[in-house]
Amino acid sequence: MTYLVPLPVVVPLLGAALALVLARRRIAQRTTSVTALVVTLVVAGMLLWQAHWYGPLVMHVGGWPAPLGIVLVADQLAALMLVVSAAVTLCVLLYSIGEARTDPGERTPVVIYHPTYLVMTAGVTNAFLTGDLFNLFVGFEILLAASYVLLTLGGTQERIRAGATYVVVGLMSSLIFLVAVGLVYASTGTLNLAQLASRLDDLPAGLRLALHCVLLLAFAIKAAIFPLAAWLPDSYPTAPAPVTAVFAGLLTKVGIYAIIRTETLLFPDNRVGDLLLVLALLTMLVGILGAIAQSDIKRLLSFTLVSHIGYLLFGVALASGPALTAAIFYVVHHITVQTTLFLAAGLVDRRAGSTNLDRIGGLARVAPLLGVLFLVPALNLSGIPPFSGFLGKLGLFQAGVSVGGVLPWLLVVAGTATSLLTLYATTRVWSLAFWRPPRLADPEASARLPRLMVGATTVLVLLGVGLTVAAGPLFAVSAQAADDLRERAPYVRAVFPGGPP
Amino acid sequence: MTPNLVQALVVGVLFGCGVILLLERSLSQVLIGVLLLSNGTNLLLLLGSRSGGAPIVGVTPEAEMSDPLAQAMVLTAVVITLGLTAFLLAMAYRSWQLTGHDEVRDDPEDRRIVRRAERRELAGPDDNAGEGPWPPSGGPVGTDPEQVDPEPAPRRLDDEAGRA
Repeated sequence: MTYLVPLPVVVPLLGAALALVLARRRIAQRTTSVTALVVTLVVAGMLLWQAHWYGPLVMHVGGWPAPLGIVLVADQLAALMLVVSAAVTLCVLLYSIGEARTDPGERTPVVIYHPTYLVMTAGVTNAFLTGDLFNLFVGFEILLAASYVLLTLGGTQERIRAGATYVVVGLMSSLIFLVAVGLVYASTGTLNLAQLASRLDDLPAGLRLALHCVLLLAFAIKAAIFPLAAWLPDSYPTAPAPVTAVFAGLLTKVGIYAIIRTETLLFPDNRVGDLLLVLALLTMLVGILGAIAQSDIKRLLSFTLVSHIGYLLFGVALASGPALTAAIFYVVHHITVQTTLFLAAGLVDRRAGSTNLDRIGGLARVAPLLGVLFLVPALNLSGIPPFSGFLGKLGLFQAGVSVGGVLPWLLVVAGTATSLLTLYATTRVWSLAFWRPPRLADPEASARLPRLMVGATTVLVLLGVGLTVAAGPLFAVSAQAADDLRERAPYVRAVFPGGPP
Repeated sequence: MTPNLVQALVVGVLFGCGVILLLERSLSQVLIGVLLLSNGTNLLLLLGSRSGGAPIVGVTPEAEMSDPLAQAMVLTAVVITLGLTAFLLAMAYRSWQLTGHDEVRDDPEDRRIVRRAERRELAGPDDNAGEGPWPPSGGPVGTDPEQVDPEPAPRRLDDEAGRA
């Protein structure tokens, strides 16, 4: 079954090439990209099945044995992330096809959108699957380069302005990551993650800490953790709605995924745990306070995105089994819900002509279905029972309480406050945009929303609700993934069956 | 394998100059900063690996070979930087096309704060002192706090007219 492992990277890349060739034939191009993502989703599901029941799958790229060549490793965490990201990217692609069908070429230039989108997917899946530090850098570069293009689609004044910040910050974080790769290689002589796990253990403590911090710095910029998050709420909202949605769902989570790997596989002694807890606290609070001050739905959602990264970091920083389990569950929940909310915001923009809360109102009466599509994920995000946001937060808080101590308790309190403030922020959107007397910024906006856009959003809303129904099995998978992460041995054994050289 | 002081100094100087240029507003200066930084990084990668003869089996004895992996990484990084440099140049050009300069402008949040500050200056120094950054609410729209967000400020983020 190892031949399945590279497919989530290869299929989108091939799809991208085909989609570029078929640029002038819209229907063929759309079929190609949808097929590529459906195949990716199916393969990801099979990988998760395999990794869950039979252990991690390892592919030696080019047939080179492990420390010489690059390995791709599909363990439970990677496979779970693959499934979620493939499902989300597929839904967003359908949404954008629905959008492009109604006003062709106006908001999303069809010709390069599909190939770039698929390349970005390949970068994301590559980052999840890789077992090599430098290949992780390449995965990041693939997804970032594609995201630069997607963010500046059309090259309008506002997008170029936001894109400049985004691109420069992205370049900077890549350079820091590359420096970290160079330093790690210089001090250990290897870049294979499984081999690094044992070699890093032998380094002097000070050097380990330095390497750890440089890696974390690079990942923290990508994951938008508090002092390094200012680029996100500024750049994301200017992009087209589906692009913002998929960025919000996936790109920051790739950073979090890299942090999880760093904290469990490479540096499991959790020496910077307290620092990460403080950063998690600040990320939560600063993010949500920023969200409250916003008057534009997209900007507000970008700030809640930053804020909820804090929850993920909280789980990772505690580093106990239950905490990691809850963090992995929360990643799955948050990818789905945040993407859904941005898609719903895109629908609001379409129906009302704006996402500015001062200029729109009464959408619940004008478009009741849209109200439901926004309200359900909004409540889910705020952590209202029985939605998955509640379950994830509950898991995190239980883990925090069981660890005990001043900082974890402080985090639990701040997490509760953030949850309440998220509820405040989302209900504010609800009461202003949906509940007061109807008022549309663009009265001529078409009353009928494209069926494919609504359909894709509905599927994602249902997926978010379905996480509650499937919470038991999902928590079981997350718990096993967390156990594997904490043990480290399954990963290393999968790559080096005879022990690391 | 012995660290070379000159090389280390060159890396340091490249990083320093790169960071200074990165702090500039003009995209073309930022671009040069990124180039310096990436060259510094490439040099750092080489610095951390073994130097020696060409790593070809049969040409150089194995003990005297340089480390080919670091060179492969540098090559990859050079290709990536080349692509992204081209993209950044295109962005700078597009920015010049649209606005006549390639400077990175303030974000909407900053502009909003600047506009608010200007308005308050016009209204007089004592106006709503101690009330925080909000201008006084009320006026024609601020009647029902449930219905209207009590901020009469024009919030059109796309409004560029106020900027010089």
